[in-house]
Amino acid sequence: MDYLPQILFLLVLAVTAFIMYKRISRIKSTIQLGRPLDRSDNPGERFKVMTLVAFGQKKMFKRIVPAILHLFLYVGFVLINIEVLEIILDGLLGTHRLFAEPVGYVYGLLINFFEFLAFAVIVACVIFLIRRNLLPIRRFKARELTSWPKLDANLILVIEIVLMLAILTMNATDQILQTRASDLAAAGMHAYPVTGALFFSSWLVPLFDGMNTQSLVVIERAAWWFHIVGIFAFAIYITYSKHLHIFLAFPNTYYSNLNPKGEMRNMDEVTNEVKMMLGMPVEGADQASPAEIARFGAKDINDLTWKNIMDSYSCTECGRCTAECPANLTGKKLSPRKIMMDTRDRAEEVGKSIASGGKGLEDGKFLLDDYIQREELMACTTCNACVEACPVNIDPLSIILQMRRYITMEESKAPASWNSMYSNIETSMAPWKFPPTDRFKWADDLKKESSTEK
Amino acid sequence: MSVNEIKIPTMADMSAAGDSPEVLFWVGCAGSFDDRYKAVTKAFVKILNMVGVSFAVLGPEESCTGDPARRAGNEFLFQMQAVSNIQVLDGYNVKKIVTACPHCFNTLKNEYPALGGNYEVIHHSTFLQQLIDEGRIRLKEGGAFKGRKITFHDSCYLGRANNVYEAPRKVIEALDAELVEMKRCRTKGLCCGAGGAQMFKEPEEGKKDVNIERTEEALATGAQTIAVGCPFCMTMMADGVKNKEKEGQVEVRDLAELIAESEGL
Ligand code: SF4
Ligand code: SF4
Repeated sequence: MDYLPQILFLLVLAVTAFIMYKRISRIKSTIQLGRPLDRSDNPGERFKVMTLVAFGQKKMFKRIVPAILHLFLYVGFVLINIEVLEIILDGLLGTHRLFAEPVGYVYGLLINFFEFLAFAVIVACVIFLIRRNLLPIRRFKARELTSWPKLDANLILVIEIVLMLAILTMNATDQILQTRASDLAAAGMHAYPVTGALFFSSWLVPLFDGMNTQSLVVIERAAWWFHIVGIFAFAIYITYSKHLHIFLAFPNTYYSNLNPKGEMRNMDEVTNEVKMMLGMPVEGADQASPAEIARFGAKDINDLTWKNIMDSYSCTECGRCTAECPANLTGKKLSPRKIMMDTRDRAEEVGKSIASGGKGLEDGKFLLDDYIQREELMACTTCNACVEACPVNIDPLSIILQMRRYITMEESKAPASWNSMYSNIETSMAPWKFPPTDRFKWADDLKKESSTEK
Repeated sequence: MSVNEIKIPTMADMSAAGDSPEVLFWVGCAGSFDDRYKAVTKAFVKILNMVGVSFAVLGPEESCTGDPARRAGNEFLFQMQAVSNIQVLDGYNVKKIVTACPHCFNTLKNEYPALGGNYEVIHHSTFLQQLIDEGRIRLKEGGAFKGRKITFHDSCYLGRANNVYEAPRKVIEALDAELVEMKRCRTKGLCCGAGGAQMFKEPEEGKKDVNIERTEEALATGAQTIAVGCPFCMTMMADGVKNKEKEGQVEVRDLAELIAESEGL
């Protein structure tokens, strides 16, 4: 009978672990649908980028107010996990506050510190809810923020508040129970280890003070269970949510593009053809594999690289990219955030379908047209403002450019004026239709001008 | 102009004479054909002449780097251009290139290596800054620009794409002018609207054109001069100024033109 809570806990933990394992494997295999891309070079530099951008939140600090509030959530999340570890061990071993005795008086300080974090998290979440829902902040109002992304963002904040309140409730009742050792002993229960006064939860003590010991134990246990089961459920929820960035920000920044932002990746499969056309020797031409090129450019998620898909799962939907996008700022349909959200939605759709034995990529839908419209792709000035702005080093531009390649090279559906630009380059060696013989005319002009000036 | 006739040597002439220049000036299509930007090409060549830099141009042998084709999605055409340009450049054993176009700069510097073309490439703003630092261009204090308010419009392919933010500003400061920044500058600079081959098509439907948004911001600084370092930015900002009917009061100038003017070239 005494073991029942432990068995129950083990069960809940096992189910959570199983679901998480399934979710993580699904996301991993969906990311792997993307084309290969080598980002294994330069581990030292990569580690540095990850440390600065993900761990150090470097790019968040371009906007100081959300940066500080976000820092509370972030530090709160990371450090409160230490307490969650204790809670999990308590749950498995049937102990209560396992670390209290070995750590000694430091334990009280630690719990006080966690309470401070819990409080800071609540404050930050409340302010975030206000900012998101009540203040006129442009990046929180956009057409891609349809009902689900909006709900998702609010749910995360509300869940975090509720979880933190559960911790504080648990600690408040715990504090009272620490003073009721004799009552507990009379009822045949263990005494609650003494933690010393806990500052923030003591604000809640008046709510529970008058209750009898039995009820307090029930409330304390209920809050304990609610909190930990809530955390487990939240962990699973996160994998379906923009909140996934709390994990993926790390690998995603580690695998950042380290080259200059202006560089577009070379399509080696095209290079071979070009060299053949120009009668130049082609490396590895005699090697058997007649390069199985599925498609030039990207029409669907499997034409993108795995990093593009990882980017989409890492997106926080914060809209910093869109807020800086010149096309979006001037009322065009393009929104780099939407590009990322569409990519993720399509990836999730395909992944889900594959997992359930469905048609997967062959479902007759494509990222192009079914999710991302051509008008969006055409409006991009390749200015890199979105890439610069993203706090987790996502590159929406890379997706846009690969899709443009598909439109031009596979479909030949570039806008007419681009087609003229192409033919001008082919015939006049310049994007404008000038006679190539005029290219050096400026020099004659300059010589004339400067000799008349003499 | 000095008594010496201006020299515009081509690579072909030079190599025929068994000579090779220190640096190749890559003029670019806009610098060769666009009426407004040809003035920039000329200004830069005058500076090179004045300083006595050993340079040459490709002249009729130059050809589009392929940048607009690549950004629009035509990788095939880009690579055709790139590979044949590399053949020309390598034929002349070119080592160092300077260009007044950030798009050419980016493509030559970052994208030609994947196709076998490896050169030291710098933008003319960096080149000018180096000449100033080395004392080869000496700007007179209290010159033509003293006290004039100049704002610098960061081009995306110089700034964010390649992290060149300071060189153009150092050039402006060397003019003894007052550099005033727009609200969105450096990493947060707003595009002029022409990059990514937008120059070669109509913008998509929206509330406003990007260059108007940017021009308004530039005008809000109260600067009499909007300095640029890119032919597309030049066109877009000049159009914006025209649209706002401010041509009389505000001029859009390239950095090389400003230096040339202050040197009386
Ligand atoms: S690169 Fe394209 S999508 Fe990104 S901010 Fe610039 S215009 Fe917008
Ligand atoms: S791509 Fe980056 S900046 Fe844009 S919404 Fe996603 S996380 Fe935010």
